[in-house]
Amino acid sequence: MEPLLLPLLVPFLFLILTLLGRKVPIFQRGLAVAGSFTLLVVTVYLLADVARHGIRSTQIGNWPAPFGITLVADLTSAVMLAITGVLAFLVSIYTLQGIDERQVQHGFYSLFFGLLMGVCGAFSTGDIFNLYVWFEVMLMASFVLMALGGERAQLEGAIKYVILNLMASGLFLSATGILYSVVGTLNMADLSIRLRLVASPDLVTVVAILFLVAFGIKSAAFPLFFWLPASYPTPPVAVTALFSGMLSKVGVYSMMRVFTLLFVSDIAFTHTILLIMAGFTMVTGVLGAAAQYDIRRLLSFHIISQIGYMLMGLGLFSQASLAGTIFFIAHVIASKASLFLIAGIIHRITGSYDLRRIGGLYRTQPGLAFLFLIPALALAGLPPLSGFFGKLALVQAGLGLDQYTIVAVSLVVSLLTLFSMMKIWNEGFLKPSPPDAPPHQPAEGLKFMLIAPAVVLAVVPIVMGFAPGPIYRLAEQAAAQLLNPDGYIAAVIGSLR
Amino acid sequence: MYLVLAVVIGTLFTVGLYMMMRRSLTKVLIGLMLLAQAINLLIFTTGRLRRASPPLIPADALELSGPVADPLPQALILTAIVISFGVTAFALVLARQTYLIVGTNDMDTLRETDLQPQYHPEQHPAEED
Repeated sequence: MEPLLLPLLVPFLFLILTLLGRKVPIFQRGLAVAGSFTLLVVTVYLLADVARHGIRSTQIGNWPAPFGITLVADLTSAVMLAITGVLAFLVSIYTLQGIDERQVQHGFYSLFFGLLMGVCGAFSTGDIFNLYVWFEVMLMASFVLMALGGERAQLEGAIKYVILNLMASGLFLSATGILYSVVGTLNMADLSIRLRLVASPDLVTVVAILFLVAFGIKSAAFPLFFWLPASYPTPPVAVTALFSGMLSKVGVYSMMRVFTLLFVSDIAFTHTILLIMAGFTMVTGVLGAAAQYDIRRLLSFHIISQIGYMLMGLGLFSQASLAGTIFFIAHVIASKASLFLIAGIIHRITGSYDLRRIGGLYRTQPGLAFLFLIPALALAGLPPLSGFFGKLALVQAGLGLDQYTIVAVSLVVSLLTLFSMMKIWNEGFLKPSPPDAPPHQPAEGLKFMLIAPAVVLAVVPIVMGFAPGPIYRLAEQAAAQLLNPDGYIAAVIGSLR
Repeated sequence: MYLVLAVVIGTLFTVGLYMMMRRSLTKVLIGLMLLAQAINLLIFTTGRLRRASPPLIPADALELSGPVADPLPQALILTAIVISFGVTAFALVLARQTYLIVGTNDMDTLRETDLQPQYHPEQHPAEED
């Protein structure tokens, strides 16, 4: 079977299976681990295949390329798919303890696989309208996952999340419609060829900005991010970890796709806007984080700040900077998910997410404190952890292009990131436990199923930090493919000829 | 015909966006629905309007002759309608559930998740009295 179809078919199959066993939680939990492990295997296989044999594409229903729907995986897609597989597997283990039976009976795992199917579809489609459809699949699952549980905060967060994301989808759809009327095709490879020949470049730039706003909302970039800190902290922490790793990164991936493959005719305009957005996203995100006391809200603001770094690499638009972005995405997804899972463990031990109500964890749980420090310091960019090399690549790329402002901003934001991570450290771990806090319950939090995924995710920054070479080379190859779309176009258009 | 549709689409976008900025959650949802209709019409219009020339190959010919209507925008709209139907249904249920739990329909009062959770350690011992 065509390996490109598997990342879509595996979640779909398990979605159906989990629906069949709706009332039997143990059956569902087994399926969740089995399904996400299968997804991990097929996505890693696909990555190995793409790394060895180059870009892979297939036409759904065998309609020749610009007419049917194309699935295509270049290295960037394959890397994103593989990260999805890894994160899905680890989070599914965490959910064995982290999601209670009531939520499982309300279809948690069906939605989990629905979300994964949407994410994998968005990463592997080669058709801009199809990308919209996968976005909606993913959003629909995420809407329900966010509201599942029905607490007041969840519903409030879900309302904001739903409305703003539907708004973004509407803009995305309008932009797609206008793009079709200008260019007359929806296949991204075909679009890339024809956009070079369009008679009215100004109209193309307008469409580019419509896409920028739509994906800007979805990836939570400045000034469109306000839904994220209001909604991400509300669902169970396993869901937040999954969202932080997948949803906003799909937005970033889509931006990377359209602003390397399609809208490269007016780089001086569009990519400068991207750079400005990147700078403000970094700063507002980290300043928002520094003011928070709820660990989940603090980390949610950090997601925004890290999105800024990814956009910085895209805005600089060179092979080195795009490689930096891809390396950075891999590092952030692992570190951030690990931190969210640890926040969940802290909540189980201390009974609160509020840094003012917890403390003394370093004394009672030194192991957990050490575990927290690794991804926290990696996010701040301390050598020799992965964040250092990701930021180094971006900063070097920026210096190479004489973009000193964004480089300076990114370095200052790094310091502020360290500050806000130290805030969690000082308040949650070092400070003595507040007198009115309930006693710690280590047995609640220190369960193997909760700790193991957080540990594995925390090992990623160490591995990426001590052996950045192979991963960076892979990112560089992916960036080279993004910058030279000819290979992508040949793989899609030429694959049936 | 283009002018009429342009005015209709513009009006739908304006009304939809205006409704989305209202405080009532129900009106926000109505705004979303209007927006979805505006977008469908936008795709329909930008796909070029052409009367009574379906893209069908005559029985005695091997390929299309002359200009025909583009069927693709209509296929896109059909997909978009189905998606917006599902999404709207979910949004309505969510709004109803929120109304039942929170007890209000006013977007300005749905601020719990935007605010810093309140906590004053110095006031806290008061509970022990």
